[in-house]
Amino acid sequence: MLEIKDLNVFYGAIHAIKGISLSVDEGELVSLIGANGAGKTTTLHAISGLIPSASGSITLDGADLRKTPANKIISMGLSHVPEGRHVFARMTVEENLRMGAYIIRDQKTITKNLDMVYSHFPRLKERRRQLAGTLSGGEQQMLATGRALMTDPKIILMDEPSMGLSPLLVKEIFAIIEELHKSGITILLVEQNAKMALAVADRAYVLETGKISMSGKAAQLAQDDRVRKAYLGA
Amino acid sequence: MKNNKTARGYLVNTLVIAAAFILFQMLTGIFGGEGDFKLVLVPSLWQCCYLILLAASLNLVLGFLGQLSLGHCGFMAIGAYTAALISLACERAGVFTDKAGLVYILIIFGCIIAAGLLAAVTGLLVGIPALRLKGDYLAIITLGFGMIIVNVINNLPFCGQDGLSQGSAAASLYKTGLGFGSKAKVTYLWIALVVTIVCLTLMFMFVRSKYGRAIRAIKDDEIAASASGINVSSYKVLTFTYSAFFAGVAGALYACANSSLSTSSFAFTNAGILNSTFVVVMVVLGGMGSLTGSIVAAVIMFFVNYQIANGSWVAALPPLINGIFKYPMLVYAVVLVIVIIFRPRGIFGTYEFSLVRLPEDIKKARARRAAAKAERKEAASHG
Repeated sequence: MLEIKDLNVFYGAIHAIKGISLSVDEGELVSLIGANGAGKTTTLHAISGLIPSASGSITLDGADLRKTPANKIISMGLSHVPEGRHVFARMTVEENLRMGAYIIRDQKTITKNLDMVYSHFPRLKERRRQLAGTLSGGEQQMLATGRALMTDPKIILMDEPSMGLSPLLVKEIFAIIEELHKSGITILLVEQNAKMALAVADRAYVLETGKISMSGKAAQLAQDDRVRKAYLGA
Repeated sequence: MKNNKTARGYLVNTLVIAAAFILFQMLTGIFGGEGDFKLVLVPSLWQCCYLILLAASLNLVLGFLGQLSLGHCGFMAIGAYTAALISLACERAGVFTDKAGLVYILIIFGCIIAAGLLAAVTGLLVGIPALRLKGDYLAIITLGFGMIIVNVINNLPFCGQDGLSQGSAAASLYKTGLGFGSKAKVTYLWIALVVTIVCLTLMFMFVRSKYGRAIRAIKDDEIAASASGINVSSYKVLTFTYSAFFAGVAGALYACANSSLSTSSFAFTNAGILNSTFVVVMVVLGGMGSLTGSIVAAVIMFFVNYQIANGSWVAALPPLINGIFKYPMLVYAVVLVIVIIFRPRGIFGTYEFSLVRLPEDIKKARARRAAAKAERKEAASHG
């Protein structure tokens, strides 16, 4: 579904992404793990068009994403849950979700997608009149994810959903990610928490200083000695 | 249903203003017709009209979009000079001779619209490069624009001695057909009111539309907005352009209400009431994100400024304090500091005053206050 070939991204003179290739098939949950500064977030930003890429190709079901502006990419069926729980703090939960469907004109579709999101996140339904800024960290992460689902996308990119959450909440968030995956949503997950990311994923890629150093079945990678030493603390 | 309510709100507000206008005409008719009272009050109303438009239009950028623009008066200058030059050209071509009649009124409205359009085009040209920047950098570039535009106008040959003097020859605007005298201001007060009401309605419609929701989302969180499929940069430029249009219209009203144009009146700061800093103060005072707040703040600031400049009580103050009032910027700075300490979100915050909703809102505010009181009582009894 999502194909990336030989992608290069520069920040000025800094060569941040050095020719990476990866793919996500329909219905898959693929994790991209790596240390701080490896280029995980940069990769996601390049895919969703928030930053320009220098060369290579990014295609979604054959359509070229590199030539598409960020605000059009979302209507092609790719949603991005940005790092750090970016929600509209001064809007209510429901207004946040409706903003997620900003590109959809048809009210019926919006209502349908809203119900779909509420069925995934019953907690958001309870709090739909509450200002998003007053939600807890975990709930804000749910809201950001729910907002990305409002366009009923083919694939969602999730950037560090565990960031800044307590271990208990991290478990909860990952349970939700697993549940979304089971309901058939295709997910590309970027995580520092390699243990959790490998536990839920079908396949995984390891990113090291802008290059993919390893890839394969998540379960196998979790057993790999190099991965265990570097990322799993064993 | 919601739309019906909004439409009713527009209608009620407009009707109330129209009724107030008629009442005003009748009262001043009773108290001595074209008497002194009216001649004093009407010019103030004109000033209030263009200040309201100026503040409300800056609020779109500063309050709703959340971008600091310090050159708003530059757009007003463009509007004022455009209106004056077009009406001058019409007068020279002999389209109208005396300041009356249908043709004359049409030309005035034409000037006002043209003023807005040229300001909007300039806003677009400035906005495209400027809005790629954020925060302080955007403030600097808009500040620069405000200063540059003043110099450009000063040096344009047709704005100089041949066209409109740079302020040395007073009353030069009279020749253009704009620059209403006291009597004309009374006669054509309705023009200022109609233009202000129409422009405010357009601004209200904008902030309540899909675009309004998008720019509020951008203010809240740019990354989340772009992740929701909002084209952040084009919405920024759109808002900037829209806002510049109304600043241009305000400029045209200014040209109608004054006897001469001088670019120094549109500077970043000056001793007068009209400068880019002053407009920012009005927006902050009224509440960033409340158009009605801007209206109230513009009137308050006009009144304060009028009192400082003309109030007899100022002259009666001891010389030391009296001296402070010679520098109005000092007073506004203090006002701004007080506002930021005691009411950081401005008088209205993001609340929009509405006659239709007023009873509901009062009820809600009472309920909130009662709840807060009950909470305090409970805390005290536990404490």
